[in-house]
Amino acid sequence: MNLAMLLEMAAETFPDRVAVKSGDRQLTYGQLLAAAHAAAHHFKASNARYVGLLDVSSPIVPVAIFGAAFAGIPYVPMNYRLTPPELDELLARIAPAVLIADPEYTARLTIPQDVAVFPADRFAAHVMNTVAEPLIATADPGEVAIQLFTSGTTGKPKAAVLRHENLMSYILGTVEFAAAAEEDAILITVPPYHIAGISAVLSSTYACRRMVQLPNFDAREWLRLCGQEHVSNAFLVPTMLGRVIDHLETGAEAAELPALRAIAYGGGKMPLPVIDKALKRWPHVDFTNAYGLTETSSTIALLSPDDHRAAAASSDPAIRKRLGSVGRPLETIELQIRDETGKVLETGQSGLIFVRGGQVSGEYLGLGSQLDSDGWFPTKDRGYLDDGGYLFLEGRDDDVIVRGGENISPGEVEDVLLDHPDVIDAAVFSIADDQWGEAVAAAIVLREHKNPSVAELQDWVRSRLRSSRVPAAVHFTGQLPYNETGKLLRRVLRQQFPAR
Amino acid sequence: MKALKAGTRLKSAVCDTEVMVIKVPAGEYDIRCGGAEMLDMATARDGAGSIAAGHDSGTLVGKRYVDSQEKVEMLCTKGGAGAVSINGEMLAVKQAKALPSSD
Repeated sequence: MNLAMLLEMAAETFPDRVAVKSGDRQLTYGQLLAAAHAAAHHFKASNARYVGLLDVSSPIVPVAIFGAAFAGIPYVPMNYRLTPPELDELLARIAPAVLIADPEYTARLTIPQDVAVFPADRFAAHVMNTVAEPLIATADPGEVAIQLFTSGTTGKPKAAVLRHENLMSYILGTVEFAAAAEEDAILITVPPYHIAGISAVLSSTYACRRMVQLPNFDAREWLRLCGQEHVSNAFLVPTMLGRVIDHLETGAEAAELPALRAIAYGGGKMPLPVIDKALKRWPHVDFTNAYGLTETSSTIALLSPDDHRAAAASSDPAIRKRLGSVGRPLETIELQIRDETGKVLETGQSGLIFVRGGQVSGEYLGLGSQLDSDGWFPTKDRGYLDDGGYLFLEGRDDDVIVRGGENISPGEVEDVLLDHPDVIDAAVFSIADDQWGEAVAAAIVLREHKNPSVAELQDWVRSRLRSSRVPAAVHFTGQLPYNETGKLLRRVLRQQFPAR
Repeated sequence: MKALKAGTRLKSAVCDTEVMVIKVPAGEYDIRCGGAEMLDMATARDGAGSIAAGHDSGTLVGKRYVDSQEKVEMLCTKGGAGAVSINGEMLAVKQAKALPSSD
C-alpha cells in the first residue's frame, strides 16, 4: 500500500494518455512513471531524509510526489509565500534533504549545508532525459509518505505527518480506478503545498484523468483554460469561485464551458450568494462542497451535487439551509460532536467535531498522535449535525468567544451580519473585556455608498439572536484578511482591533 | 499458505495478474491465481506452470474482488488471464457503488 502503486496502475493501463499539462509542457502517464523512477534513483542516491519542494505547480510536482514514494522518502512541499526567515526555519527542520526549488525563491534563503538544492528546471530536464531502471516501492504502508507544515494560523507551523496507509485509504475509498474518460481533464488551481493540491494529484492519477495546472489563479485565465482544454472537473477555493462569478458578471465575455461537468470547492467558508449564483449560472454542473483537514488526508465530509440541487430548490428552510453545510461524512469516516467534557452530543447541539477512519492521521512530528485511545481525532473545529446528518461548521475552537462563560461561535453572528443588505463581508472575533472576560467584536466591509450606523447593525443582530451575541465593538474596514485558500484570519483581526 | 494483511501485494505465478489486499481477517490463506499459489512481488516467475482449467476467467485492473461473505477484498493492480481464489473459493468482482469524489 504505497502511493507509487496509483501511478503504476495508471501508466500500465493508459501509458499514452496525457497525465499533466502546464502551458506547453506535458507528460503522459508513461512518461510520468519513467520520470518518477528517474527521480527516485536520484533521491535514493542522496542521503536525503526528505524531498522538499519550493515551487509553484508544474509537471515536476507529480514527478516529485511519486518519485519520493518510489524512493521511500517523505515528500515535503513548502509554501513559497512564507517569508525568508520562516522558510529558513523549515529548511533547518528537514535537513538533510533534496530541495527542488525555483532559484527565485532560494536566492533569498540561507540554505543549510546538508540541503542540496536542485533547481526546478534542471530537475525537470534530469528526470525527463534519464532512462532509469524501474524500481519496486518497498516502503511499508505505515511509513510517512508526505509531511505538510500546517498553515500556522496559530503559532509556529506544525509538521503534519501523512502515512501511505492514510492517503491510500482516502484514495481507494473515494476514487474509482480509471473513472475518467479519455477527454476528461481537471483544472488544478490549488498550490502544491496544500493538502487539496496533493489529493488532486493522487485522485486524478488513480482516475487516469488529465491534470491541467494553473499556477497563478486568475479568473479570466481560468475561464480561458476551461474552454481551451475542455476541462470537465475543477476544484476551487471559495474566493476563486467568487472571482470567476464577479468576472462573468462584468459581462466581459460569454462563459462557454461546454465540457465542464463538476466543480468541487472547499478550503474555507463559501458565501451563500456566491454558490447561489454559481448554481443558477451553471445548472448542468455538479457542485460538491468538500470539508477536510490536512491531518485527515483531505476530505472527510461532502455536500453532494444532489444535496446542492435539493437545497437550492427547496422551500423548506431547514433543507435550504443545507447549502451552507459541508454535507455528510464519507462512508469510511465516523463523526461525533462532543462537549468539552467528552460527552457525545445529540442532533442540533453544537460542540467539538471528532472523526475516526483509516485516512485520519492526526499526527504531528515531535508531538505524536493526537488520537485518543479509541482512535478519535479532535479536529478543533466546532459544529453541529442537523436531523439529516448534515454537518454545519461554526469555526475553529480557538475562535470561539467565551463571554461570561457562554460560548459564542463567530459564524453564527457573521451569518446574521451578512444577511444585512449593506454588508458585503463580515468577521466576528473576540476582544478582551473587563466585565465579561471576552466580548464580541465585528469587522465589517460595507457595500459602496452605504453607511449604516453601528447602532443599526447592533439592532440588526439583537433582533435576530440573543443579546449576548450583539457585537460590543463594530469596525468598518476596506477588506478582511484571508489566507490564499480563502480561510479567514481572525487572529489578524484580533491584533488589528484589540479593544473597543 | 500466506499470512495476509491489508496492503500485502502479490502476483500470479502463471499470468500477469497482480493484487493488493484491501481487507482480510488476520490469518494464513491459500491464495491462488490461475490455480497456482500466488507469489511475493519480489519472487520471479519461473514460467513453468500454466493456468488451470476453470481458473481462467481473468482479472481486470482497478476492479475489486471479494469472497461471498465480503470478508476478503482484493484490488487488482494489474490484470491477467487467471482468476483469483482464496481457500478454494473463487473471488468475484465487487459491485462498484458510486464513490463520493471531491477532487
